[in-house]
Amino acid sequence: MSLLHVKDMTHYFGGLRAVYQYHLTIAPGEIHGLIGPNGAGKTTVFNLITGIHQPSEGTISLQGKSLLGLRPHQVAASGLGRTFQNMLLWRHMTVLEHVKLAHYAQIQYGLAGAFFGSRRRNAEEARIEENAYRLLDAFNITRFADQIVTFLPYGVQRRVEMARAMAIRPKILFLDEPTAGMTPEELDQMIGIIRKLHDEFKVAILLIEHRLKFVMELCQRVQTLVFGEVIAEGTPSEIKKNPAVIEAYLGKEEVA
Amino acid sequence: MELLKAKTLSSPVAWRSGIRQAFADVPALAWLLGMLGAVLIEYLWGDTLAVMLYLPKVPPLFGATLVLKKPLLFPWALLYGLLIYVLPIGVIARVSAATANRVAKALERLPVSVSALLHLVLLYAVLSIWTENSDYRLQVSKLIMIAVMLTLSINVINGYMGEFSCSHPGFMALGAYVASVLTLVLFKDNRLFGPALLPESLGPFLFPLVLFIGGMAAAFGALIVAIPSFRTRGDYLAIISLAFLFIVKSAIENIEWVGGPRGLGGQPHWSTLPAVFAGMILCIWIINNFVRSTLGKALNAVRDNEIAADAMTVDTRRTKMVAFMFGAFWAGVAGGLYAHEVRHVTPGSFGIQMLAEILAMVYFGGLNSVIGSIVGAVSISMISEILKPLGLYKWIVVPLILILVMIFRPTGLFAFRDFNVRKILRHKG
Ligand SMILES: Nc1ncnc2c1ncn2[C@@H]1O[C@H](COP(=O)(O)OP(=O)(O)OP(=O)(O)O)[C@@H](O)[C@H]1O
Ligand SMILES: [Mg+2]
Repeated sequence: MSLLHVKDMTHYFGGLRAVYQYHLTIAPGEIHGLIGPNGAGKTTVFNLITGIHQPSEGTISLQGKSLLGLRPHQVAASGLGRTFQNMLLWRHMTVLEHVKLAHYAQIQYGLAGAFFGSRRRNAEEARIEENAYRLLDAFNITRFADQIVTFLPYGVQRRVEMARAMAIRPKILFLDEPTAGMTPEELDQMIGIIRKLHDEFKVAILLIEHRLKFVMELCQRVQTLVFGEVIAEGTPSEIKKNPAVIEAYLGKEEVA
Repeated sequence: MELLKAKTLSSPVAWRSGIRQAFADVPALAWLLGMLGAVLIEYLWGDTLAVMLYLPKVPPLFGATLVLKKPLLFPWALLYGLLIYVLPIGVIARVSAATANRVAKALERLPVSVSALLHLVLLYAVLSIWTENSDYRLQVSKLIMIAVMLTLSINVINGYMGEFSCSHPGFMALGAYVASVLTLVLFKDNRLFGPALLPESLGPFLFPLVLFIGGMAAAFGALIVAIPSFRTRGDYLAIISLAFLFIVKSAIENIEWVGGPRGLGGQPHWSTLPAVFAGMILCIWIINNFVRSTLGKALNAVRDNEIAADAMTVDTRRTKMVAFMFGAFWAGVAGGLYAHEVRHVTPGSFGIQMLAEILAMVYFGGLNSVIGSIVGAVSISMISEILKPLGLYKWIVVPLILILVMIFRPTGLFAFRDFNVRKILRHKG
């Protein structure tokens, strides 16, 4: 049974056709890669599925339930976690606050509880905090818990963003170029982190990535997007050999 | 080596850190005891000392009123402050620190509310003895506490949530007028509304309810602003809320049965010191609870990055609506208290001048901070009292302060502080 199913998704920005007849099927626990040159429409695919934009045409469903028309926070709460290409962290908030806040949809107290500091609220806050610390541990960032994210090293910020996305208890995690701007060592670390996260939390992953090494090591299936269209699809080694891919995408960059 | 030491000790920085060290282990409880001692000393010997220091009377606000009117008396007022406040507070706090620490430590085993209550009782005692001195001092104290409520409540919107709202005086006006009309109709015989419907002696018991209804009226006004402002992303709030401020003002001016531009007077004097104090403490307590809970932290996320907030399951539209109405509610309550203190409100008093003052308070004190709101409200109110003799020119100076603050310290003096009651009341040694 598939977890996420996208069919014939098309989107225009004014006259620009950003995504055309895109399709995607992700099975539980799968790691799926999405590659393509700059401006190919990869991030737009993420934004369409997560409800930031509504597709001009097509269907999107998660476990058989349509996500069309839902607002972004509803899509997220139904089990789609994500990170952003340019890391959208909350600059005045601590690492712990980031991960705690991503429990928002799971909070079991109301406004009255928040105003008057009810016992229920305190118990809930304690539970959320405990859970948040567990995630910080998993991403090895517990020692930064009380620091404002803005002043942390880049690699740590990346991990904060992933821990935060995991706190919403996603069924699928969308990662938009998690290694952008990373050194080769940090890159190896990130492979380890994603693998661990995948094993530990049994979450399916949709991964946008530029570096082929990363995709080869992690993904079971890879799609290549060019000008909004899928031009090739298959296992990483098939993709690597596909002449259309080499011409459109890999030809311009070193094949790692 | 010796020389170097002597030199550093004589520098002001060294002095400051030296003093700080000497008082590092003084808990909040000891400071309150010190203040209690100081106000008692003033109560007993303030007049005598004032005479000895060539002052016509006890300086009501630490000499603030003298600065522009009788500048030559100001040094004496400073000396008075040193002898009556600074010295006794310092000595008593130092001496009682050990005992106070023991008490504070014992209190930590009980729920934090017990300790908080004890501290509040002391604080209230300090305030009530201090304000015995003159009606002027009493009224200024009450107005400052109301200003704290206003500042903190606008901080929820402009600071914690990072939107720019200009309608706070409008919300305050709604609260003030609704509460005033209610008390006048229900509890007072008067020209506008005829005889009272209920016995006046019942009034004080229902006063909290009246204030609450005033607050709800303001929250309803906020809903009207919020619906068009928050429907789409973008900075419409500043302009819509400013329009709302003017609409409220001219609407009231045109409603004859609440007095039109002449205003509405004759409210019973129910904003007593305990009433205002309780209102302010409740306001601080509830707002602080909210902004420290995960539900309230959603405001920060909306401010820092709305798209990320959405992606982390935060219902951003609801969050904004709730926070905006919540802030407005407290402005309405503050308005009700204000009306029952000054006992004559006019639509003109809830205009752009008041907006400038409130904005100055919140941006001076510090965004996203309870302490900042208190500091801002107190200091701008004091500056305002100092500048009173300038008359109309005051309204050049206050906006100027606002502009300077926004240039040199855009988030304010004590921005982004966590107000942790447990930590504040903790023993220190
Ligand atoms: N909000 C928007 N409004 C208008 N055009 C947009 C918008 N977002 C993206 N586009 C355009 O859509 C196209 C696809 O952009 P997208 O960001 O999805 O590419 P990408 O594959 O993620 O590229 P990169 O590798 O550089 O991140 C680009 O031409 C871009 O300019
Ligand atoms: Mg992109």
